[in-house]
Amino acid sequence: MATQAEHSSTNRRDFLYVATGAVGAVGAAAVVWPLINQLNPDASTLALASIEFDVSAIPEGQSVTIMWRGLPVFVRHRTTAEIEEARAVPLSDLKDPETDAQRIKEGHDQWLVMIANCTHLGCIPVGEAGDFDGWFCPCHGSHYDSAGRIRRGPAPKNLVVPPYEFVSDTLIQIG
Amino acid sequence: MSEHSTYTPGTAVEKWLDDRLPVIRFAKEHLMDFPTPKNLNYWWTFGAILVMCLGVQIVTGVILAMHYTPHVDLAFNAVEHIRRDVNGGRIIQATHAVGASMFFVALYIHMFRGLFYGSYKAPREIIWILGVLIFILTVATAFMGYILPWGQMSFWGATVISNIFSAIPVVGENIKQLVLGGFAVGNPTLNRFFSLHYLLPFVIAAIVGLHIWALHVPGNNNPIGVEVKESRDTVPFHPYYTMKDLFAMVLFMIPFAWFVFFAPDILGHPDNYIMANSQVTPAHIVPEWYLLPFYTILRAIDFNVLFIDSKLGGVIAMGGALVMLLIVPWLDTSKVRSGTFRPLFKWFFALFAINFVALTYLGAQPAEGIYTVLAKVCTAYYFLYFLVILPVLSRIETPKPLPTSISESVLGKAHA
Repeated sequence: MATQAEHSSTNRRDFLYVATGAVGAVGAAAVVWPLINQLNPDASTLALASIEFDVSAIPEGQSVTIMWRGLPVFVRHRTTAEIEEARAVPLSDLKDPETDAQRIKEGHDQWLVMIANCTHLGCIPVGEAGDFDGWFCPCHGSHYDSAGRIRRGPAPKNLVVPPYEFVSDTLIQIG
Repeated sequence: MSEHSTYTPGTAVEKWLDDRLPVIRFAKEHLMDFPTPKNLNYWWTFGAILVMCLGVQIVTGVILAMHYTPHVDLAFNAVEHIRRDVNGGRIIQATHAVGASMFFVALYIHMFRGLFYGSYKAPREIIWILGVLIFILTVATAFMGYILPWGQMSFWGATVISNIFSAIPVVGENIKQLVLGGFAVGNPTLNRFFSLHYLLPFVIAAIVGLHIWALHVPGNNNPIGVEVKESRDTVPFHPYYTMKDLFAMVLFMIPFAWFVFFAPDILGHPDNYIMANSQVTPAHIVPEWYLLPFYTILRAIDFNVLFIDSKLGGVIAMGGALVMLLIVPWLDTSKVRSGTFRPLFKWFFALFAINFVALTYLGAQPAEGIYTVLAKVCTAYYFLYFLVILPVLSRIETPKPLPTSISESVLGKAHA
């Protein structure tokens, strides 16, 4: 059986031992972190995080695909029929409920800007296809409507609207 | 079995070396005189075949790296350059690409052999677990290697698989960016995958070393699953099994060589001869054939389970299908190792093997109609086999009587 005195001296040693170990662990973590952090997107990748694009060249009923941060982005000039169709859908029909107005900028109703990767596993959906007059992803069969909202198939979310704004009537800035 | 020594240094030089670094003693004990059950059949040659496969991949891979450029603008052309311009590059590149497929053929046979003959049971659990780790690392290495030619399937395969990380709640998107080094698959991704594809085979080689070390403590299992009882149950590894393994390697090289020389692209996908294009997705993305069973399991979960959505559910199922293998030694508690003496197990095992082939087939089919139903059924059986059938069979099955020793079973067969 250990005496009280032996206990207290052991405790002091234990404290120093644990404290040294803790400082060592923090030091090791501080060394390891930069080695992991270098894997994160670098400055040259982040420098492409904001782009400007002139939409005036896109006629009604057509889309273009532009690149933003290495991701393809759909810019679609929607027809009146497509807009009306998107607005007519009751929210209760939607897997990821969003109104058409939440997916566009006010006053620019005809412009739909979305990241072109299917929210399932990232394939690029085919435009003007599928059962809802929007997009259809051939990889695993997701159907999106004319506002890019998921209607049927394995994708969990609507096509993502990137952060963007209209700098002028025809110029958008993404990012 | 590792404690007794059969080596006596013959010369003064050998004695001098043996006192300082006993490599000759080690080689003699483990590569030549190692007592090996005398009834091992040809299913047991795939361990040696796999060592050969790893060697082939490392040698051809180091050569390919001398001529390859890991950059999005140059990688696709670099592979064509290897195939057209580099001396013998056509064969060396084909050997590496076909070699990956042959590696998995041997891996799957080796694993199914272990599952049938109960090679994972005590005292060989660690051997099995190390083997599963080797398998998972090999899958990762093969996947990263497939990105390097930078074709359409390379790019979109990487996109689909890296999106798996985004299924992780909360931090998923950050992890995905950490893995890719950007917001999408790009040059940083290609560079790091090249680096890791070069590194991982050596990690695998190190774990193979541990795998064999762990094997040499209890010694080999064998087709009847009865432990070695006396020295006449065994023969020395050399020359009996060195020669048998070499012969099996020669046989294995025949289809290998046929693919390399006559059909180097038959196991690949034509879309991978189109350079990667981040704006066009191929109509039908399929992984390499050896990943199809697990791809089917990923796709089979297209429904939500409670708060887990279908995407995360698929990822959990696919990961679970691999990780579950680690606990197989504790799921199958039957005392009898070899499936030969388990009348019920045999049938469920045969069905499991057929089911695995079916999972492979379904992974290559479009996810629609009857295929999605079959994919769910086959996925269910895969999990049921391990989680329900193995534990239940261990309790209710009456095994056939075991031979008392390896020698008895061998001699009995000779008399019959």
